Amino acid sequence: MSTDKVVKLADLNKPSFVLSDEERHEIEHALTHYPDGRAASIDALKAVQKHRGWVPDDAIPVIAAAIGISAADLEGVATFYSLIFRRPVGRHVIKVCDSISCHLTGYDELRDELEKQLGIRYGQTTKDGRYTLLPICCLGACDRGATMMIDDDLHGPVEPKDVAAILGGYQ
Amino acid sequence: MAIIHVDGKQYEVKGGENLLQTCLSLGLDIPYFCWHPALDSVGACRQCAVKQYKDGDDKQGRIVMSCMTPTTDNTWISIDDEESKEFRETIISFLMTNHPHDCPVCEEGGHCHLQDMTVMTGHHNREYRFTKRTHRNQELGPFIAHEMNRCISCYRCVRFYNDYAGGTDLGVYGSAANVYFGREKDGTLESEFSGNLTEVCPTGVFTDKTHSERYTRKWDMQFSPSICASCSVGCNISPGERYGEVRRIENRYHGELNGYFLCDRGRFGYGHVNRKDRPRQLLVSKDGRREAMDAGDTLDFIRQQLQAGKPVLGIGSPRASIESNYALRELVGTAHFSNGQTALDAALTRLCLDVLRQGPAKCATPSSIEDADAVLVLGEDVLATAPRIALALRQAAKGKADTMCAEKKVPDWQAASAKDIAQRLLNPVFVATPAATRFDDIAAATHRAAAPDLARLGYAIAHALDASSPAVEGLDTKTAELAQRIAAALKAAKRPLVISGTGCGDAAVIQAAANIAWALQASHPAAEICLAVPESNSIGLALFEAVDLEAALARAAAQPSVLVVVENDLYARLPAAQVDAALARSTLIVLDHQDTRTAQRAQALLPAASFAEGDGTLINYEGRAQRYFQNFDPAYYDRSVAVAESWRWLDRLQNGDAARENLDEVLAQAEAALPALKGIAAAAPNASFRIKGMKIARAPQRQSGRTAARANIFVHEPRSTQDADSALAFSMEGVNGASGVDRPPELLPFAWAPGWNSPQAWNKFQAEVGGALRGGDPGVHLVKAAASRPAYYSAVPAALKPNGALRVEPLYQHFGSEELSSLAAPIQQRIPASYAALSVGDAARLGVNHAERISITLDGQTFSLPARVRPDLPAGVLGLPVGLAGVPPLKAGSAATVAKGA
Ligand code: SF4
Ligand code: SF4
Ligand code: FES
Ligand code: FES
Repeated sequence: MSTDKVVKLADLNKPSFVLSDEERHEIEHALTHYPDGRAASIDALKAVQKHRGWVPDDAIPVIAAAIGISAADLEGVATFYSLIFRRPVGRHVIKVCDSISCHLTGYDELRDELEKQLGIRYGQTTKDGRYTLLPICCLGACDRGATMMIDDDLHGPVEPKDVAAILGGYQ
Repeated sequence: MAIIHVDGKQYEVKGGENLLQTCLSLGLDIPYFCWHPALDSVGACRQCAVKQYKDGDDKQGRIVMSCMTPTTDNTWISIDDEESKEFRETIISFLMTNHPHDCPVCEEGGHCHLQDMTVMTGHHNREYRFTKRTHRNQELGPFIAHEMNRCISCYRCVRFYNDYAGGTDLGVYGSAANVYFGREKDGTLESEFSGNLTEVCPTGVFTDKTHSERYTRKWDMQFSPSICASCSVGCNISPGERYGEVRRIENRYHGELNGYFLCDRGRFGYGHVNRKDRPRQLLVSKDGRREAMDAGDTLDFIRQQLQAGKPVLGIGSPRASIESNYALRELVGTAHFSNGQTALDAALTRLCLDVLRQGPAKCATPSSIEDADAVLVLGEDVLATAPRIALALRQAAKGKADTMCAEKKVPDWQAASAKDIAQRLLNPVFVATPAATRFDDIAAATHRAAAPDLARLGYAIAHALDASSPAVEGLDTKTAELAQRIAAALKAAKRPLVISGTGCGDAAVIQAAANIAWALQASHPAAEICLAVPESNSIGLALFEAVDLEAALARAAAQPSVLVVVENDLYARLPAAQVDAALARSTLIVLDHQDTRTAQRAQALLPAASFAEGDGTLINYEGRAQRYFQNFDPAYYDRSVAVAESWRWLDRLQNGDAARENLDEVLAQAEAALPALKGIAAAAPNASFRIKGMKIARAPQRQSGRTAARANIFVHEPRSTQDADSALAFSMEGVNGASGVDRPPELLPFAWAPGWNSPQAWNKFQAEVGGALRGGDPGVHLVKAAASRPAYYSAVPAALKPNGALRVEPLYQHFGSEELSSLAAPIQQRIPASYAALSVGDAARLGVNHAERISITLDGQTFSLPARVRPDLPAGVLGLPVGLAGVPPLKAGSAATVAKGA
């Protein structure tokens, strides 16, 4: 049994994406740093992600216009970098390093533990919207493997037994 | 000069290019994907690996990418080396891990570069047995189908579409093994050159959607060397036919004109050939109804009319061949022949011709345009009127990278380095036109003004270059400064170029452009001029020196006459009332391949051949005569089809049983009768040309199913149609390229060479890859520049003074302004809605809002259109899109009165 998703009229008529004043201000500020609008692509995407947690499809043409490049070009940038999120993410994003040093120092056990405790796999978000789990390449802390990053905090070395306590710090 | 050693053989080569290009020019095959002769090297695909050695004694060597390695003296390489061969096969096997095994249902199959390269490397077995990555495809509009799963990530598409053609709506998304090439969202690809993706993409990701519904493999089609008739450039095309329909247009390489690329209007505008409503029988009007009649009776009926004692007037056409126009002139007599162009078009075309043959500036070709290092575009939206020129213009701007590479001693074929070095720096291109163009993005400066003011700018530039050319009085300071700036840029260049033409309908603009080119000539012998003219054979008609259409219609209106109109819709050229007045008391005989408004009024209508069913010659904007050859015989599939070239009908009308035997005779007589056409017969080998006693095959040697092609009609296979007019055969039999014997470049029906089924096969027909075809690029120049400069033009026009009435500026559209392509369904989907463009100031003065309907009165016609208020338009101007529904035939420069309301 499945129920069709209810499409609300209000959703269909929703205005297309509009930048908030803050977002616009930040993008304009980023533009002053570079001679060429294209160079501000990542900053502009990050500005929107900072406020919304992710960058919706509708936002692409609007941000592109704000920095004066084509939507296709900006979409190229926005899909190239894995840390520009193109789907909604949880309040906290957990990134587990799977590069060589961490591979050798127990990354897979760390990942398994996280999956077990959160009940999700890579690319998924917990039902309560609290965590999203993602792989990431070398965090530059190879001496501290196995490492992971939650939001902007680096954790390492992390053993499976530490996971519960660390997660508890992120409501 | 360089000596290189390839697999133990020594070759003397030019040097300086990359090894891949050098080896291909030597006829040695190295597989490749990301390199393309027009797009240069990026080293992305790793397919072109060869072994390079330090010297003759080095046995070890190392693998290098031939496309990224310069050809220098004393280079030692091996293509045949085992390790390199294995490397190349491995690359294909990697690409194949994600490539679907769908060749049988893939429309690229049979002209696929990936197939060719796979066979070339010997990768015969797929070993990968796992899941392949898949993608969602996009809806990209009426021209291009999208099947992303087939992508091998060579990046050619974006390098062509964005870097070469200046498109902005095709991108690359994702990274690593999950890369996607498409638009940001579904939607029509915007570039006017999108069709080239079908040939640039080495796989079946981008294919020709117009071909899809009537799909035929390349090897099963019949081709002919043909000429695009959708503008005055005269790009060379290869139409492919099966079962009596044109199914696709492919680019036919021409080193000086189209190179590897066509515009979308030319590629996708062939649908008029296949239209169901075309006249295919002889039709005679009886009591207001049209009835099919047999040829003998119809021709007798027409002969009676011609001999009825009324004056007989012939109206030719700039979209009909030289032969057909000439045959009409023969039938009606020189004094009664009209060129079928409006007085304005005829005068302007004639002026262009004068500039080209009375002045010293050489006429630029698209390939020479690419080498220009400073360009002024004066008055002409070439993307709409002569699209291929706009693509070349873009390369001229980007030529800055080549100069910068030379300074930094980086080879300019290193595409990624060149892009990095130049960043956004471009050679100066100045775009002075009445309205914004879609190539303004490459402009160093744009200038928007009405035609007379553009001419004034032009005269001022010429004066700044040569003070002995006429000065312009009363120019405002801003324009005067711009003139100085443009003059300085042109002067500082090595190969300055002026592009103009008949597009803004003003002689003064063309004269000003000529003055600039001539003023430059003294100091810059390489300075060139390029003048776009209205139609595919406009220059040809100018060579006839006949009266214009208005003059002919005035005669017919004054005295009941017999009008014989060849391939010309008079209603598309002049106001309906003017045409009606001429036709009211006249007998009208029409020869055309479309059921135009004029054809519908004919007492007798003869079904003329389109470019696909007949032979003929067109003379392009340079004065280059080029022959196009019949693609197929429609009667082979349907005996009731009576289509024949207009020249053939006219010849039969005039000479009955004594009619000329073939095209060569018509051409010989035309040459004799019209000295201006001298040399035209040499545009291609004549009908008796043979190679080892054989004709040249129109179809590839693998063409299948010939014996069954007509089996649904009659079980016996008839003899294939015999072609008395050319050295080509309607068959796969004859010289087809398999034997390795060169065919003359004018008689190459399709691109195929052993092992090369894709359009990359053209590289097998050039003396040097990317250069001229072996035997020379086709065409004979009938117009040559003079040795010295005539007097400067001196009729500097007065500035436009807005006085209430608005001056009509024709706005040409890439899709919709050209008559025949606009009859093709896919093109129709791209034709914009009609509008009338007003400047912001004029709209405010008239109290007109954007999209509001306005009523326009001009040349005695009143009509209404939605207003488009445009910030780019100068004051005092009404911009009207040429040829769109609801826009009557326009005369540029006429005064229009505009009022609010419908
Ligand atoms: S779509 Fe075609 S041209 Fe573009 S990267 Fe893929 S294979 Fe190459
Ligand atoms: S540029 Fe002109 S001649 Fe060339 S393909 Fe386009 S319409 Fe045809
Ligand atoms: S490999 Fe994990 S931090 Fe470097
Ligand atoms: S053709 Fe040389 S690397 Fe692609």
